[in-house]
Amino acid sequence: MARKKNLETIAPWGLLIASILLWQLICAAFDVSEFVFPSPLQIVRSLIEFAVPIAEHAWRTFWTTMVGFAISIVVGVVLGFVIGSSRLAYAAMYPLMTAFNALPKAAFVPILVVWFGIGVGPAILTAFLISFFPIMVNIATGLATLEPELEDVLRVLGAKRLDVLIKVGLPRSMPYFFASLKVAITLAFVGTTVSEMNASNEGIGYLLISAGSAMKMPLAFAGLVVIAAMAMAMYELFSWIERHTTAWAHRGQS
Amino acid sequence: MSEAFVDFNEVWLAYNEELLERNDFAIEDITLTTGEGEFIAIVGPSGCGKSTFMKLATGLKMPSRGTVRIGGQQVTGPLKIVGMAFQAPTLLPWRTTIDNVLLPLEIVEPYRSQFKKRKDEYRERARRLLATVGLQGYEDKFPWQLSGGMQQRASICRALIHEPRMLLLDEPFGALDAFTREELWNVLRDLWTAQRFNVILVTHDLREAAYLADTVYVMSKRPGRIVTRRDIDLPRPRDLEITYTKQFTDLVHELRSRIGEIRKS
Repeated sequence: MARKKNLETIAPWGLLIASILLWQLICAAFDVSEFVFPSPLQIVRSLIEFAVPIAEHAWRTFWTTMVGFAISIVVGVVLGFVIGSSRLAYAAMYPLMTAFNALPKAAFVPILVVWFGIGVGPAILTAFLISFFPIMVNIATGLATLEPELEDVLRVLGAKRLDVLIKVGLPRSMPYFFASLKVAITLAFVGTTVSEMNASNEGIGYLLISAGSAMKMPLAFAGLVVIAAMAMAMYELFSWIERHTTAWAHRGQS
Repeated sequence: MSEAFVDFNEVWLAYNEELLERNDFAIEDITLTTGEGEFIAIVGPSGCGKSTFMKLATGLKMPSRGTVRIGGQQVTGPLKIVGMAFQAPTLLPWRTTIDNVLLPLEIVEPYRSQFKKRKDEYRERARRLLATVGLQGYEDKFPWQLSGGMQQRASICRALIHEPRMLLLDEPFGALDAFTREELWNVLRDLWTAQRFNVILVTHDLREAAYLADTVYVMSKRPGRIVTRRDIDLPRPRDLEITYTKQFTDLVHELRSRIGEIRKS
């Protein structure tokens, strides 16, 4: 049993290393030009060579994403609470929200640039716009799927609607909430990067564009690696928080 | 019979205005009274409005016609002197067993405003109550670590923690296996014998109704009406042995034939 568990933790790393090796092998065997498709070794080399500027751009992307993500948690929870706690609000707002979610968020960037100028503003807002929807939907679902019997038990005791929401609705929607955070954080990175590619002089998105136009392909790939690493790290952080706060919803896996 | 505790007087209920206009009632012309501390059971085929009856008795629904009086007071809204338990235990999985049992005290007055101050006292009370249903040692377990029967015991404790004058049970043992069910009949019997609250037990298990109740009411299919009232004159205290006597099986047989008549009509 313990061995099986061990194998499960090692497996993703094993696969990662195997694919990197295969990649390196193919690049070497076919002598692929680094302008077309750089090998892992070349990417690592440029990661080291440009460590300082990459770190600066990465930090910028990171905090921009975090600010946008924080806004989307607040807005997503509040909207989800409103939509989930009232049938009328649900009926009124849900179609509108779905339509909004269907819009490509990259299309907002030029508009946001007109409103807020080049730089941090559009990036934060794009990260927010792209990531609040899953949070809102999950909170609303958690609240709206409350068992009617449970509500009766409490209402008979004289519980107000707010009592029911606070004692039962919110704790009940916590697993949904944390599950949505994992999705939302990765989306937020997408939002920031897209915005930086279009309208910024800083951040990984900008780095990707400028490295691409200077034909520095290994550097562009290094940027992608950094974004992926940041998103993965945040994803793991939230799934760790999820496991440790809502263990009751994940019984049977431990 | 002393002062009536539950008093339904020609009660009709349609779920909404539209159904009311079409004279489409969920229950019709229900009249019944129970004495203080009486244990009644309501049996009938599914869809006969048993649960509707429960909603009326708790004040979650208002009758379209007629009046419902509980404890001498006309019902105008949810009653705080009531505890409820259902077929599904509906315990909160993020709370331990004892915290689940304490939930009503966090909501119902006068306990609510004193909850922080007297928490230790209330916990002790919940612990004692859990012990009476055989759950000592499980207070700090989570509901999902308990068996179905244990969860249902905890659910009944939650319904009783605020010492309600009336306990409403909607098929509480329906999802349990036969042995656990009989075990819980005795748990309920002992709690009732000790505390003498009023009980309305909704069930489709005729043996359960006959074993536990003082009076059994048989309801017809939708629209629900009470077609028979049967006093259960078996001596108390009752023991499971009684369910194997001829007197008991005849009684169950009689109730069964009443239900049969309804189904044919």
